[in-house]
Amino acid sequence: MNKIFEVPLYAYERSPDQDAPAPVRHKVIVVGAGPIGLAAAIDLAQQGVEVLVLDDNDKVSFGSRAVCYAKRPLEILDRLGCGQPMVDKGVEWNIGKVFFDDRQVYDFNLLPEGGHQRPAFINLQQYYFEEYLVNRVRELQAEGAPIEIRGRNKVEAIGRHDDHAKVEVETPEGSYTLEADWLIACDGAGSPIRRMLGLDFLGRVFEDNFLIADVIMEAEFPTERWFWFDPPFNRGQSALLHKQPDGVWRIDLQLGWDIDKESEKRPENVIPRLKEMLGEDVKFELEWVSIYTFQCRRMEKFRHGRVIFAGDAAHQVSPFGARGANSGLQDTDNLIWKLKLVMEGKAPEALLDSYDYERIQGADENILNSTRSTDFITPKSEISRILRDAVLDLSEQYAFARPLVNSGRLSVPCTYDGSPLNSADALLDGPARTRPGSPCPDAPLGDEFLLPKLGNKFILLTIDADAPDMIEEEGVEVTRLALSVKDDPTWELKRRYLGEHDSAVYLIRPDQHVAARRPSYDDNQFRHAIRRATGKELHP
Amino acid sequence: MTDLILTPNINGADDFYAELLAAHEGLEKPESDALNARLILVLANHIGDRAILTQAINAATLKE
Repeated sequence: MNKIFEVPLYAYERSPDQDAPAPVRHKVIVVGAGPIGLAAAIDLAQQGVEVLVLDDNDKVSFGSRAVCYAKRPLEILDRLGCGQPMVDKGVEWNIGKVFFDDRQVYDFNLLPEGGHQRPAFINLQQYYFEEYLVNRVRELQAEGAPIEIRGRNKVEAIGRHDDHAKVEVETPEGSYTLEADWLIACDGAGSPIRRMLGLDFLGRVFEDNFLIADVIMEAEFPTERWFWFDPPFNRGQSALLHKQPDGVWRIDLQLGWDIDKESEKRPENVIPRLKEMLGEDVKFELEWVSIYTFQCRRMEKFRHGRVIFAGDAAHQVSPFGARGANSGLQDTDNLIWKLKLVMEGKAPEALLDSYDYERIQGADENILNSTRSTDFITPKSEISRILRDAVLDLSEQYAFARPLVNSGRLSVPCTYDGSPLNSADALLDGPARTRPGSPCPDAPLGDEFLLPKLGNKFILLTIDADAPDMIEEEGVEVTRLALSVKDDPTWELKRRYLGEHDSAVYLIRPDQHVAARRPSYDDNQFRHAIRRATGKELHP
Repeated sequence: MTDLILTPNINGADDFYAELLAAHEGLEKPESDALNARLILVLANHIGDRAILTQAINAATLKE
């Protein structure tokens, strides 16, 4: 069977840059064509910024790898023009079951909140995710957007300069040199760029191994997430079963630290384990097996002059809670609009330091959550295991204990409380979920939804309030989106954005985070808020 | 804000203590540990108040 991850999607081709007498300078070079690098490049290109993606490979991800994508990243993908194919192909699920020892202790229905266009999350193999991003790149190229991917172009050396970065690129036909005004390193947890620059990557190492297997099952298993603590088929460890598209099931088996990786990966060792888990009669075929270890750590800062790190290259978390790819997409969503304003001279370089502030806050939140999940799944001491088992035993009979069961807290976007880009909340006692720094929650507007209307530019959202249709402040344009609570008969818009107030005006950033809000429009205050949100009012 | 009660508050303290010991009677050490852990969680949920729980954890460390 010829799988998408076996086909070169961006095969090596000789570039005129390789024959140029002097190194060619690009606006932005993105290193790494994984989910994060591709998202960064698409975001830049569709806003007209020239971008070149370099990847040492020429294919999408081998095996399923990152499989769970949350609502927020799907909303970001909508703005990148490729949310729909992901949602169409992805598997949605709401039912989860928790097993402890040899029995089911409880099940749950996530009952996601209504009034959102996108589901709470979908399961989708990383290779499809990357394929759809590559398709979007091809679509942009057909429209003439300035974007290019060069496969089998491996960065071998990097030099940092005040106003550019220089890279030595190895290809099947020898090496050549390139320059870039800005370089975004999305080259994964083992980031060669980070290593070449000798930058730190500190944190906690978890001594654990996980076997992941993609299994094609003939049996009709329900579309549910099953999680086992200390099951008979994997004593003292955990296991996870999750459905992906095409009848492929993802199985994660925790193996512990002292194992023989090569031997554990062999089908004659994997298959009996899976049979014990799935039942003797279930027919299945192994598509892909891998063993991974993980760590929770991050760089001290993500921006190093003209070189900026995003995704796993900047921070690494345990897989519990799907916070890897999901948080990486929020990195580039945070970065690209800022970079564009800086490149256009409409904002000071200092605006980019807020990327560090905000995304380090996001990374720390993700590391905290995934570390807690890891500590629950893999108790580190006898008493930690006693308490964990007590929670699980109680959860079978009493609902109160179920919120304490932690098999991964699903990725939710970070609220940038305290960000230097926020203006003080002037909608007193307004809804907490839309305070300055918050990602805008979606809301239904009849047959439509709010978030697609916000788009990826600065927006002045007025709800039953007056304001100019357009404001320009020091080169930054802000367009009004005028709504009324009457636009949403379900009252979610009012609940999420007004609370007890009768009107509100929100300044919303291109990444759909709230920068400022007030009960009504005030020209001075909002102009100040725009300057603040673009890094022009940065003071301690 | 209510504070953690650290003055006598259980009516029939001797009865309570005897009941606690009785619950552990005949249990092996791991079973007793598990029972204690479940009891802590049940009580903590009943209290609910995060500030009180923090005060209780601190009080139990005997570091004050």
